Amino acid sequence: MQVPAPFEYERAGSVDEAIGVLDRLGDTARLIAGGHSLLPMMKLRLANFEYLVDINDLADELGFIVFEPDRVRIGAMTRHRELLESAELARAFPIFQDAEKVIADPVVRNRGTLGGSLCQADPSEDLSAVCTTLGASCVIRGRDGERVVTMEEFHRGPYETAVGDAEILTEVRFPVHPSGSSAYEKVERRAGDWAVVSAGAAVWLEGGVISDARVGLAAVGPNTTGLPEISQTLRGATPSEEAYARAGDIAARSCDPASDHRGSAEYKRHLAKELTVRALRRSVARVNGEED
Amino acid sequence: MQVTMVVNDEEVTREIEGRLLLVHFLRDHLALTGTHWGCDTSNCGTCVVWLDGEPVKSCTVLAAMAGGREVRTVEGLEQGGELDPVQKGFVECHGLQCGFCTPGMMMTARALLDRNTSPSEEEIREAISGQICRCTGYSTIVRSIQWAAAEEAGTRTTTADAPTADSGSAS
Amino acid sequence: MTTVAGSPVTAFENNDQKPVGHGRMLRKEDPRFVRGRGRYVDDVQLPGMLHLAILRAPMAHARIVSVDTSLAEAHPKVKLVVTGAMLAEKGLAWMPTLSNDVQAVLATDKVRFQGQEVAFVVAEDRYAARDALELIDVEYEMLDPVVDVRTALDPSAPVIRDDLDGKTDNHCFDWETGDAEATEDVFAKADVVVSDDIVYPRVHPAPMETCGSVADFDAVDGKLTLWSTTQAPHAHRTLYAIVAGLPEHKIRVISPDIGGGFGNKVPIYPGYVCSVVGSLLTGKPVKWMEDRSENLTSTGFARDYVMRGEIAATRDGKILGIRTNVLADHGAFNGTAAPVKYPAGFFGVFTGSYDIEAAYCKMTAVYTNKAPGGVAYACSFRITEAVYLVERIVDCLAYELDMDPAELRLRNFIKPEQFPYTSKTGWVYDSGDYEPTMRLSMELAGYDELRREQEEKRARGELMGIGISFFTEAVGAGPRKDMDILGLGMADGCELRVHPTGKAVVRLSVQTQGQGHETTFAQIVSEETGIPPSDIDVVHGDTDQTPFGLGTYGSRSTPVSGAAAALVARKVRDKARLIASGMLEVPATDIEWTKGSFHVKGDPSASVTIQDIAMKAHGAGDLPEGIEGGLEAQICYNPENLTYPHGAYICVVDIDPGTARVTVRRFVAVDDCGTRINPMIIEGQVHGGLTDGVGMALMEMIAFDEDGNCLGGSLMDYLIPTALEVPDWETGFTVTPSPHHPIGAKGVGESATVGSPPAVVNAVVDALKPFGVRHADMPLTPSRVWEAMQGRPMPPI
Repeated sequence: MQVPAPFEYERAGSVDEAIGVLDRLGDTARLIAGGHSLLPMMKLRLANFEYLVDINDLADELGFIVFEPDRVRIGAMTRHRELLESAELARAFPIFQDAEKVIADPVVRNRGTLGGSLCQADPSEDLSAVCTTLGASCVIRGRDGERVVTMEEFHRGPYETAVGDAEILTEVRFPVHPSGSSAYEKVERRAGDWAVVSAGAAVWLEGGVISDARVGLAAVGPNTTGLPEISQTLRGATPSEEAYARAGDIAARSCDPASDHRGSAEYKRHLAKELTVRALRRSVARVNGEED
Repeated sequence: MQVTMVVNDEEVTREIEGRLLLVHFLRDHLALTGTHWGCDTSNCGTCVVWLDGEPVKSCTVLAAMAGGREVRTVEGLEQGGELDPVQKGFVECHGLQCGFCTPGMMMTARALLDRNTSPSEEEIREAISGQICRCTGYSTIVRSIQWAAAEEAGTRTTTADAPTADSGSAS
Repeated sequence: MTTVAGSPVTAFENNDQKPVGHGRMLRKEDPRFVRGRGRYVDDVQLPGMLHLAILRAPMAHARIVSVDTSLAEAHPKVKLVVTGAMLAEKGLAWMPTLSNDVQAVLATDKVRFQGQEVAFVVAEDRYAARDALELIDVEYEMLDPVVDVRTALDPSAPVIRDDLDGKTDNHCFDWETGDAEATEDVFAKADVVVSDDIVYPRVHPAPMETCGSVADFDAVDGKLTLWSTTQAPHAHRTLYAIVAGLPEHKIRVISPDIGGGFGNKVPIYPGYVCSVVGSLLTGKPVKWMEDRSENLTSTGFARDYVMRGEIAATRDGKILGIRTNVLADHGAFNGTAAPVKYPAGFFGVFTGSYDIEAAYCKMTAVYTNKAPGGVAYACSFRITEAVYLVERIVDCLAYELDMDPAELRLRNFIKPEQFPYTSKTGWVYDSGDYEPTMRLSMELAGYDELRREQEEKRARGELMGIGISFFTEAVGAGPRKDMDILGLGMADGCELRVHPTGKAVVRLSVQTQGQGHETTFAQIVSEETGIPPSDIDVVHGDTDQTPFGLGTYGSRSTPVSGAAAALVARKVRDKARLIASGMLEVPATDIEWTKGSFHVKGDPSASVTIQDIAMKAHGAGDLPEGIEGGLEAQICYNPENLTYPHGAYICVVDIDPGTARVTVRRFVAVDDCGTRINPMIIEGQVHGGLTDGVGMALMEMIAFDEDGNCLGGSLMDYLIPTALEVPDWETGFTVTPSPHHPIGAKGVGESATVGSPPAVVNAVVDALKPFGVRHADMPLTPSRVWEAMQGRPMPPI
């Protein structure tokens, strides 16, 4: 088996301690949580660090799902399995359960974390698309305190985030509005594979009319992509196949897929539309209590 | 660096490199070679062990990360000289051929049954979906785990719950 | 004759059965495996053992300008660094392949595929060995790669094998079979001719355990012990003797527990040789275990045939002829592991299960800048490709004739009375009765009902497909007059010793990689001697402990070694009869055998058991005149012919019209492998092969980019089915014994891998019929299915 190059192992017992270690070691150090993105890259020697700082002892401090009246806060060390199995989260945002069912595999989901997924900033990563869809914001803590950034600000490009050298993503916040639901649709070549394309949708209805809607796509551009134009188009519209198709057209037009071994650019563009339509349709059905 | 952990109910302490993977710690330092490895990318699942009671891929956990925690491997399934029902199930239902993926499959199966005493076929397939078997085609693994579930529930009979298999007849 | 019945039996109703002989029996090897106490090559730990890692070429084609190992040698934990130049000085830089070509152990002049071996390091531990690879500095001069098999023979193509004297192109070999003229005649008179380009992409066996070895050379007694992931320990030993110049009796090859082979572990790989060199040079045991990317990028691939298939028929569906033109990609070295006289393996059986008038195949094989190999992945020496070609082109014909594909097959089967049947390409099919097998598969699947359901679904715009594949295999090489591997005849030895207390040990020349030999072979001997299987120890996989033979691949263990085991047991029984006649004090002609004992004809009470006889054979007192003491025998079995198992497979798929994702809903497999020794093990073999077939049909492929970079170098990119991509398998069987095999058994290890890919592809293509799709190439990923639905199916290479 491939093995990583030498590094020093450090363990942090609290967020503050982690920040202190990072501050001391600078960009030679990297945090490790679940490790399922980082360690394979280090084994293949695509990434090398002098220090790895194990933050699994932060599982208590940063492993939480807290429901407040107008938002849900999820700690960065919350593991995939916890996200999948939280019935309350599934009620608030069914999109989480949809997505978690198709992220990697159950054993990986025992280890992988929300924070780790977002910090990997992979354009195909499903939880990033979920967070984009839900208009999440990310809480980043450093020596000088906390700052909160939007998902658009958080992902600066493929594999690049707003988290600085001595900072740590601690929490992700999701705004809660009434009369809404969400869904996630993914096409993969095989269970556990990265998305060929996936689409998340969140829809809010008021008096039978769409008051707001959001769509996020994965694997069709440099980062998971939110599509404000779809929100504009759907606001005020009555849910209908025509409206979903209009949104799907925007998704297909707005994305920027590349042909690769997962599929042709044409196919991915087709999927952007198809999956956008499906995710919207399912979200609306859920708001109306017609599905799941 | 020094690491101490509990492996199969026994505390062990070893001097290791920070980069040492848990799978190599188990195999090379503790001679627990029942845990195998089959890829570089966390995809095959032959290396599954328990870390604090949950199945993990030990090729993607540093030995140091297991420090202060509990690890259980296939060698720790048998208790008091008695095979675990999962182990018996794999033998009874031909859930293995070359035996290479088997330890990881059984660790996942045991964890599944600890949480869900009568999993459906679909739940079993989902539970083992991060682990590749090249020999069995999975049906017999599913049956093995169902066998263990029935054994533990005391509902197993020799024939009643047996899934249909071969159709035909020899001369 | 064939026995058929459709009544389902349950898998477990004989759960407590402990057959003395054939029948369902739990495996003798499992108690160690479920305890984690299997012993695989990487589990071997020897005192002072060092670890070897190999530096590999990062590009497909380049000239080596220089190799600087000084920094690596300076690494404190490094014991040895070896380059191609150093091996060349010892005459070890090149080794013979199994197809009379040569392959570089370490590259000296050029690298010819991405992943080729360039240098190796031996260090104190595996981490340090890997680190030291980073310290080797190789300067390369880039050369244009030859990646596309279709342009490999262009005059402008760079010459890959300039190491071969006078080589001016990338031509590897030409091969033909059948009668070109007769075939042209039947094509000329046919009502209907259908042709299509059919590609079988490059795939990889990817056993869960990668390849590796531990070499331990004892300088004092000059003996080399090599634990190795090999499916053919005896053949390997002979080749090591030839390559390394070591005397053969001073080499011991041990093939311990093997984590799956599937043909991946038949060839000798440079890594094995490197570990031997490493041990010779350091005087220490040296372990080499390749990582997964090394396994996928450098060891024996499978398939890679670009085929033009043509079929000629009458309007009412009588197949007259089949013709094919094949372009075979053999990679940078011809490392095909096939009998020497069969450069295309057994592809010649491409006429399938059909009685036709003429057939012809013309094949051209070429070198490309890709890994060597070609025969692997349970292919029965290229019968995978042959069956895929014929079963796909027959379906194309059904499409053109608008005829039900089951009906078309039934109309053209070789009839039972025609066996032994000599095919138009010269293969003598030993036995077969195809229609009952086909009918049983249709009955189990509920074929007519499925067609009705499909019709309803099509009317609603839903995409459902039903795919049929009917295959005939040819397995169990030799006979030795026709078949050898580098001059070693394909026969197998077997040795049986019955101890004084009636327990026995049987020693095989083949060994298990998961097939359950320790159980099956005990049952074969048990059936013939009446000694319970639990009293029979099966020894295998060790050249010092077992008689010579060619190993386990090509589904040959049961047809060849299984025959040897049955015959050696009969030899022992024959001797036992003579001893029994002495014990019973009647002439040998007056005693009868019932399993486990001899008794006097007409007086069952006057009997002696095989255990009594064993004690007598070793005990005090005289034996009948001319009889030596002891109860043992040995044999070398040379098969008279191959065995020809067959089967009928039906696959049902659903395709999501919006995403083009294929779901395999059902798969019915009816196999006929002749006499069934252990039905549980047979069923397991079939299940595994069916999963391979779904994998190849839907997802598995070793692809390359235009620079020759391998795109399938990890299990993240080379996708293998999980439990979620395959259905619960539905199996059935018929029994048509082989007339020449001592117990009538045929091989079954590869039947399902051979037979299932066309069933899946035929089902997908059938589902896409409303889109006018007649053929689409594997792997049928969602994207490739969608492209086919858009009317632009794409070849995968």
